[in-house]
Amino acid sequence: MTLSMTAVRKSYTTAEGVIEILNGIDLDVGASESVALTGESGSGKSTLLHLAGGLDHADGGSVIMQGQDLAKFGERERADYRRTQVGLVFQQFNLIPSLNVAANISFHAKLAGRYDAAWELDLTERLGLAPYLSRFPEQLSGGQQQRVAIARTLAARPPLILADEPTGNLDEATGDAVLELMLSLAKNAGSALLLVTHSMRLAHRLDRKVILRGGRIVE
Amino acid sequence: MRFALAALLSHWRRKPLQLLTLVMGIALATALWSGVQAINAEARASYTRAASVLEQGALQQVVSKGGGGISIDTYGKLRRAGWNLSPVIEGTVRFGASWIKLVGIDPTTMPREGQVASITDGSDISSFFSAPGQLVVSAATARKLRNATDMRLKISENVPDDAAFVDISVADRLLDARGKINRLVVASEQRPGLDPIDQVAPETMLRENTDKPDVARLTDSFHLNLTAFGFLSFVVGLFIVYSATGLTFEQRRGTFRTLRSLGISLPALTTMLVVELAAFSLFSGIIGVILGYFIASALMPGVATTLKGLYGANVPGSLSIRPEWWVSGLAIALGGTAISSVRSLWRVWSLPILAAAQPRAWQRASAKTLAYQATAGGGLLLLSAVLAVTGSGIVIGFGVLGALLLGCALLLPGLLAISLASAERVSRTALTQWFWADTRLQLPGLSLALMALLLALSANIGVGTMVSSFRLTFLGWLDQRLAAELYVTAKDEDQATRLREWLPQHSTAVLPIWSVEGDVFGDQLQIFGVADDPTYRDHWPLIVADDNAWDEVASGKGALINEQMWRRGTAKPGQTIAMPGGWDATVVGIYSDYGNPKGQVIVGIDALVAHYPDVSKLRYGIRVPPESAPTLRQQLVSEFGLPETAIIDQISLKQQSRAVFEQTFAVTGALNVLTLAVAGFAMFSSLLTLSGIRLPQLAPVWAMGIRRRNLALYEVARTLALWLATFIAAIPVGLGLAWVLLAIVNVEAFGWRLPMTVFPLDWLWLGAVALVAAILSILVPVRRLATINPADLLRIFANER
Ligand SMILES: Nc1ncnc2c1ncn2[C@@H]1O[C@H](COP(=O)(O)OP(=O)(O)O)[C@@H](O)[C@H]1O
Ligand SMILES: [Mg+2]
Repeated sequence: MTLSMTAVRKSYTTAEGVIEILNGIDLDVGASESVALTGESGSGKSTLLHLAGGLDHADGGSVIMQGQDLAKFGERERADYRRTQVGLVFQQFNLIPSLNVAANISFHAKLAGRYDAAWELDLTERLGLAPYLSRFPEQLSGGQQQRVAIARTLAARPPLILADEPTGNLDEATGDAVLELMLSLAKNAGSALLLVTHSMRLAHRLDRKVILRGGRIVE
Repeated sequence: MRFALAALLSHWRRKPLQLLTLVMGIALATALWSGVQAINAEARASYTRAASVLEQGALQQVVSKGGGGISIDTYGKLRRAGWNLSPVIEGTVRFGASWIKLVGIDPTTMPREGQVASITDGSDISSFFSAPGQLVVSAATARKLRNATDMRLKISENVPDDAAFVDISVADRLLDARGKINRLVVASEQRPGLDPIDQVAPETMLRENTDKPDVARLTDSFHLNLTAFGFLSFVVGLFIVYSATGLTFEQRRGTFRTLRSLGISLPALTTMLVVELAAFSLFSGIIGVILGYFIASALMPGVATTLKGLYGANVPGSLSIRPEWWVSGLAIALGGTAISSVRSLWRVWSLPILAAAQPRAWQRASAKTLAYQATAGGGLLLLSAVLAVTGSGIVIGFGVLGALLLGCALLLPGLLAISLASAERVSRTALTQWFWADTRLQLPGLSLALMALLLALSANIGVGTMVSSFRLTFLGWLDQRLAAELYVTAKDEDQATRLREWLPQHSTAVLPIWSVEGDVFGDQLQIFGVADDPTYRDHWPLIVADDNAWDEVASGKGALINEQMWRRGTAKPGQTIAMPGGWDATVVGIYSDYGNPKGQVIVGIDALVAHYPDVSKLRYGIRVPPESAPTLRQQLVSEFGLPETAIIDQISLKQQSRAVFEQTFAVTGALNVLTLAVAGFAMFSSLLTLSGIRLPQLAPVWAMGIRRRNLALYEVARTLALWLATFIAAIPVGLGLAWVLLAIVNVEAFGWRLPMTVFPLDWLWLGAVALVAAILSILVPVRRLATINPADLLRIFANER
């Protein structure tokens, strides 16, 4: 098992009091498995991804990644974990504005120590990014930016890819095409994939589909 | 309308630090500018006051053509011709330890406009005449003179410090003028149909009343200097205001949009913003003027010392409050805010209000902008070089300075961008590559602050180099020039005669220090006589000299002139100058004469005595073996009853000169530090501003596994790198500045040119100060980053904004 979440709880304290977002998440993602995570807006999908990605702490339960318990990590180990074990694709602001497309794509792979020029070349070709390598993020459309973010994550070949509505800002056709590619490339790279999406149609293409409702996972 | 204003203003409650930055920016800019203006106004007012009181500046004057003074006969001739004139005998005398400018007047003939009221009012006019005489002085002067003279002292607040009115006969006696009148004051009311003065007495001429006193003209360059510094600080302060308004407007874009959609018209919105800015700038302006007053008060004593040391100008060490500063200070605050916020206001007006807030667009500046800027900077540098080569005059000198500084400042961002790009190219790891690239991304947002920093640092280096070079030259020069071991001043001519007989047996050499004042080529200057002595041949520093200059001087045919006279083009080597009293001398050499605002001529002592038999022979330099100087001093006191203050040894004279020197540049030093502080604050406010829009740039790096702490460290390193680069750039700029100051401005302002010496250790010191300032400027923004809540970083990625 790559990722294993058991009885994970998370609540936020706001002005109106404590809000329980996740109360008892049980979710396993196997190696090279792709899982679609759906749910209503505000149901806690992003929160779940952040916990799995070591970006935030869970209040209870355990998040085990390849045998390691994230709860035991300090900030340094969390950073190491994010650098080497996961790849994250968010809805926006994925890219480093000061680096051009080529540098953005290889950035994570180099940080993780898994840089592979040939694989990267292959990726950029397949994602249609070759003509844009020397451009800067702000000179790209939203869809192109997301493709770069996906390319960067795939280039790093992390054991687990966490993608939070990566095509949420794109039109349907483009979004579908990009995700299609992402799926097959993730399989090539041997990465497990946990993907948040609203699109049921897309969700069906993945190995498995789970729904987040009322703070719990319902299949 | 009210709800709209409340909505606009609520921004400041959420961002108190931004408000502080804005207020501080305006206040600092106003403070330094109005402080410097206050100093200048005070000094100028004092010159005018002194001139109108001491020199009867409002009235025309008759002076002698040759500069030698007007005889009683001439005066009588003019009076008989019907002219209503009043004689004045004036000069400087020593009372104990202080030198006093004595103005001897005749109150019975002095026209009312030229009178100091308190002399002639009522009963005690008789005490002005009767022996042993009465000195009319200021209260401060009276305190100094209380035990130094047996004359009566009368206090009049109209009289400037270190000056005294006396009866003309007393002045004649004290100054040993022997009836030579310095000038005749011409009453404004004269009988009609008089023969012109230069017909009645061709040996005299009429001097028009000048609207600007001599000393005011002399000190112009000093005040221009201060103004330049004030302006520099003002510009640096405006940089802060510019970046602060830029940010607040950008951040309130959402509010603007909401207000507009609620039916507030664009003109109404703009009006509200203008009113808001005006209110802020007035409020900050008041703080600034108050601050400026304190700065000026703190600097004023130093300025007074400088003006006295350099120009002999008497300026009070305190500041009076003038309503016009308030007005001009507030006007400066308003004007400055207007200039620096016009761009932001324009954007509110012109950009589609429905466009989303673009915090990054605000800091983005294209390579094209940098190229334009650099071109403008290059153009200014060229202009500066052309001006330096072709122009002359103090204003051109400052033009060269301004163009040089501004040109370099404009070039800086471009140069930094190029250096950062090359650093990025050669870096090996992804992280270092990102580090340099991201530093370059910050450049547009920081460039104004970096430019301000460059200005402040190079001003520091430049002025520091100038002062240190000057100090080195000055001290060396002092060592040579003050060769005699003791300097003695006799009480009167009798005592001087006895000294002349006694001293040769008790010393190696006696060097008379005798001088007269007179006109040469229309300049009032001092003429000194020197003995033919090896002391001069060995020690006196000559810049330009004929082979046998000293022989020529000793023979009475040659004259030496000081550097000031030469640089100002009054005379040059080989030229024959017409000396007052109708004789000629040929310029055979030039000597440096630092600290003297006026021209000076040195001739042989015999020639001096021959042509000016009335010269006062009171002062002497005495050469003795250094170890016997104290004994000789003792002997002089016991044998001649000379007061301690009449004998100065070389060491204390040097000390005094050094003290005056250090005081002279204390003001410049203080202004330097203030400018640097303002620039440091500019950097702080820019970094703070940037830190607000930095999160989206840093969040992805954090998500990919770089800790917040390390991100914070990179931020520090980034700031330090930019400071360091700016500091390194400031060194050549500062040296260029020093060169302009030494080779152009000083020559124009003071009439002397100094060799430039470089003091790298001073830079190290400045570098250390800059380093501390850099760390201080990044501390707050970086602490925020290091401890930021991950939730804040995560929010960046969610599409909920
Ligand atoms: N830092 C936070 N503080 C308080 N509430 C938060 C915070 N982050 C998320 N929430 C709330 O938690 C709930 C779940 O958010 P999220 O995980 O983003 O949902 P989803 O991604 O499924 O739309 C939302 O109601 C959101 O407002
Ligand atoms: Mg979400």
